[in-house]
Amino acid sequence: MAAIESLFKWFAAPSHWSGPDGIPTRLLEHIQISAEAVAIGAVIALPIGIVLGHYGRLGNLAINVSNVGRALPSFGILVIAFQIFGLGDLPIILSLTALAIPPMVTNSYVGLSEVDPDIKDAARGMGYRELAQLLRVELPLAVPLVMAGIRTSAVQVVATATLAALIAGGGFGRYIIDGLAQYDYTKLFAGAVLVAFLALATELSLAGLERLLTPRGIRLVKVNATRRATTFKTA
Amino acid sequence: MATGLFLQAEEQPWILWDWLFTHLSRFTDAMQQHVELTFIAVAIALVISIPLGVGAHRWRSVRNPAYVVFGIFYTIPSIALFALLIPYTGLSITTAEIGLVGYSVLIILRNVVVGLDSVPPDVIDAANGMGYRPMARLMRVELPLALPAIFAGVRIATVTTIGLVTITAVIGLGGLGQLILQGLVDDFRTPLVVATALSVALALVADLLLAGMQRLAVPWSRGA
Repeated sequence: MAAIESLFKWFAAPSHWSGPDGIPTRLLEHIQISAEAVAIGAVIALPIGIVLGHYGRLGNLAINVSNVGRALPSFGILVIAFQIFGLGDLPIILSLTALAIPPMVTNSYVGLSEVDPDIKDAARGMGYRELAQLLRVELPLAVPLVMAGIRTSAVQVVATATLAALIAGGGFGRYIIDGLAQYDYTKLFAGAVLVAFLALATELSLAGLERLLTPRGIRLVKVNATRRATTFKTA
Repeated sequence: MATGLFLQAEEQPWILWDWLFTHLSRFTDAMQQHVELTFIAVAIALVISIPLGVGAHRWRSVRNPAYVVFGIFYTIPSIALFALLIPYTGLSITTAEIGLVGYSVLIILRNVVVGLDSVPPDVIDAANGMGYRPMARLMRVELPLALPAIFAGVRIATVTTIGLVTITAVIGLGGLGQLILQGLVDDFRTPLVVATALSVALALVADLLLAGMQRLAVPWSRGA
């Protein structure tokens, strides 16, 4: 396998591990831009999904926002943002944030709205005020789906951040886009391996975090949240 | 191509209507390729997911590996997947479809399993009591009852695939994605904006059409 051999050589070359086009720099760029987009998206999306789910209002809106999000071609959104804001991180972060919002709204809505009404009644009967009930009873029960929403968003943002290289962004996408442009298939292949690993690592680490944050009492009862979460793929 | 360059220095309008009306065939051609790529992907995915979903519904030994394999596949970003496939299948429709089909399989498979899992045991008992053999029961009782969930999966897979097809522009396909790429490369807003809008419209129209088909095929599933 000549392709595999040259891939190993590419990864073994010290020049690929330093400098502005080195793996550590590209990794940091990729993670930084993704983390910023997910964080901004979460600040916007989670309160909306949680409040709508708590009151059980506007469910159609909370669910359809994911359908509209799926219909948006991430590639087109990135290039339009590039046309509006020009070079730099701003168009990339804005587009990624827009794509991060829908799954977090939908999944946190579903998580909160599925809390058993009997449990809410019991909390009320025990004297919980509304805010305390939301924060200390409903939210812990909804953790698996809220976290599944964050995880879905994060994985899609990491995937879509790869496309940012098309509008002169950094990150691992650079290797793929430059590899294609330069007919350097080893670089292309190496970039693809790095992107795939980063996406899988994001998925696995957030799945681990989800398990840590899930209250022990409901770990046994809840069906695997991954399989109930809304699927969302933009890149 | 040159049109964009002349306008670059000045404020470029988002849509140059004259150019659009003289180049309509590019949009219809791109749209046709877009629909073809999507249709092939969802159709093949459906053919794979239904038997696989029936197996996964019956046997845990099928369900867990299928979820793990397609779950990992689904996590891999499409552009990385295409790049990984290029040494084997080149810049071809096969490369694009392997990715698009794989992603759709996960979406539809999950819904087939959910649909079959939610058939009430009483209904199965009744079908058995009426003398249905397992195969006939599956075809005439269980799958029809799972149809609303399967339709929901096909709708999500179709909308998702229409969005993802644009990315196949980087491997020389792309449907409407080609025009987005052209807009980027030539710094020309008209094809970029119109193709993006058409891609969204295509997804919404396809979703509505499938919702209509669902109403005709399973009239008892209103609102599902």
